Amino acid sequence: MNLDFAPLPLPALPPGRTGQVVRIQGGRGLTLRLARLGIRPGARVRLISASPFSGPLLVEVNGLRVALGRGVTRRILVRPLP
Amino acid sequence: MRVIALVGQPNSGKSTLFNALAGYRAVASNFPGTTVEVLRGKALVGGRSVEVVDLPGTYSLLAGDRAEELARDFLVSGKVNAVVNVVDASLLSRSLELTLELAELGIPMVVCLNMMDEAEHKGIKIDAEKLSDLLGVPVAETVAARGIGLAKLLSLIPQARPARPPRYSADVERALAELSEVAAPVAEATGLPPRYVAIRLLAGDPLSRASGQLGLPQTVEEARGKIARARGEDPALVLSAERHAAAVSFFEQVTEVGHAHVGWRERADDLLMHPLLGYLFLGLILFGLFWAVFKVGGILEGLLLPPLEELSQGLGALLGQGLFSQLMVGAFQGLWAGVAIVLPYLVPFLFLLALLEDVGYLPRVGYLMDALMHRIGLHGKSVIPFLLGYGCSVPAVLATRILEDERDRLVTAALAVMVPCAGRAIVVFGLVGRYVGPLAAFGLYAFNLVVIALAGWLLARLLPGTGPGLIMEIPPYRRPNLHTLLGKVWLRLKDFVVVAWPLLIGTSALFALLQALGWSPALDSGVRFLTWPLGLPKEAGVPLVFGILRKELSLVMLTQAFGTAELSSALSQGQMVVFAGFVLFYMPCLATLAALGRELGPRRTGLVLLGTTGVALLMGLFLRGISALA
Repeated sequence: MNLDFAPLPLPALPPGRTGQVVRIQGGRGLTLRLARLGIRPGARVRLISASPFSGPLLVEVNGLRVALGRGVTRRILVRPLP
Repeated sequence: MRVIALVGQPNSGKSTLFNALAGYRAVASNFPGTTVEVLRGKALVGGRSVEVVDLPGTYSLLAGDRAEELARDFLVSGKVNAVVNVVDASLLSRSLELTLELAELGIPMVVCLNMMDEAEHKGIKIDAEKLSDLLGVPVAETVAARGIGLAKLLSLIPQARPARPPRYSADVERALAELSEVAAPVAEATGLPPRYVAIRLLAGDPLSRASGQLGLPQTVEEARGKIARARGEDPALVLSAERHAAAVSFFEQVTEVGHAHVGWRERADDLLMHPLLGYLFLGLILFGLFWAVFKVGGILEGLLLPPLEELSQGLGALLGQGLFSQLMVGAFQGLWAGVAIVLPYLVPFLFLLALLEDVGYLPRVGYLMDALMHRIGLHGKSVIPFLLGYGCSVPAVLATRILEDERDRLVTAALAVMVPCAGRAIVVFGLVGRYVGPLAAFGLYAFNLVVIALAGWLLARLLPGTGPGLIMEIPPYRRPNLHTLLGKVWLRLKDFVVVAWPLLIGTSALFALLQALGWSPALDSGVRFLTWPLGLPKEAGVPLVFGILRKELSLVMLTQAFGTAELSSALSQGQMVVFAGFVLFYMPCLATLAALGRELGPRRTGLVLLGTTGVALLMGLFLRGISALA
């Protein structure tokens, strides 16, 4: 098995890299809230930067920047794209 | 009168469009969730007067927070004759998801592709005619911020018609057909299209809270279960995913995506949102703001104060010693205090705050502060009410509607009213800044932040709960427009001119009367329980009491209580810091209390009142101790 292609939680993505969302591990509420901003399975999410002290992540999806709390990002599983 | 509602996703420019159509009356800013109320205005459409309604932004009709619920409920209320769906053209694909939901509502609609300049900047070319064909409604292209395309939009509104609702895949359509029987009576009663009712039932979103408590009818649960088992997802997610796919397909049919510009607006975040440098810039920007307000305010005050004070003395001499004369001089003092003490600081402060809002820096502060906010049991979105609180506490309290969680709303509102509003800024700048120095004023603001953080930490222990975490759109930077900036400053200044100024004049006259009748010492002794422990002269009592009406009053009446605008002759620097520090925290002004009462209810408002006054007393004592040491 090629570990590079196993789904990773979003914070494990190195800044600057893009990942494709595989799954949202969360209830209907969180999944819908993310979907409204375009973060849903299949979407390409680029990690722009991560703030220190377990702060939020800044990501870009469909040309839109979104701030996501660290707790939220751990529930977003992505497959890193080359 | 016909009612036309502006509906769109957050930050798509509804309020800007509203202001352009109905005259400047809505605060428009570059961050999602500026509008949390239903605002009404009038405009001329095709020679007829219509009511234009600005609704809070909503990503979807499946409401998430209270502001979204407000928008959704207004739309389904049957009061709306036509909808202008305001779309951020640079985010067309995502925005069309809401458009498709609106199509299901069956209300006559016009699509307004706003921010066409942003779309162009991103290299997105949109074939508006083709989009109009696909949706079956008129489509207008606008740049509302610059007034472009508005005449065309207005001319299209009379041609509004219901858009073509999307079709779902076969199994979903079957489920909707099965639900048509349950939906029919609800549709009859509400006047909504049966298909829309069926879709909401399938999404598990009952049309009224009452039916929600009773649970969904058996047929609905069965239909939902069937879809959930077949797709392995909640039907609400299935519906949303299918609308998303339809929106993407429309987007691909009507757009050509070329090369995007990359300029300062895209690169600025590399510095301003940098994990380390971002905080440095945050500090510099905030300090710069205070410094500029202090400098500009000081210059203006220095120009205005001496001649006006001479004038008031001249007036006193002219009118002689009677009671009437005292009253007139008091009223005049209130008038000039507004011009010479309040406006010099208020105008530059509101201007710079508006500048930060319109550029789009506020949500970035939310991002930078999220880690800290998390420690006090809140997430970064709560920063928006806090930052608005620096302008005025009333919109700050209303802005808690953008929070999804009730507990977060209470904690945020309780903390946000401790953020020094422009009125309190006047006291800090006009007293501490002027007599002690800008650094002391800045220090007081920093001290206030620390106290709010501590109070938040304490509240998080008392009211445990982890909010759903930060999910916040960070809009692109926008070049501010001087015209809209000034419009916004004026809109907020109007509140001072219309409400606070008459109050200032009235209470100044009243105070003069109290002094003339020799009653003010009795009042002063009445609040000696506050002024004595704080080490303040007893004359400071009445100004503190009047500050409950409006915070600016505290400073203005202080000058009246001591009979001089040169307060350094009456108060030591330490006393000034204590006075300003106490004013920063003690009970919110009447307007804020009313807003709290509406948003949180009387019991929680009482708690906030007690809590803030307790904090104020403690912090006043603490500052007294510090200034005694210094």
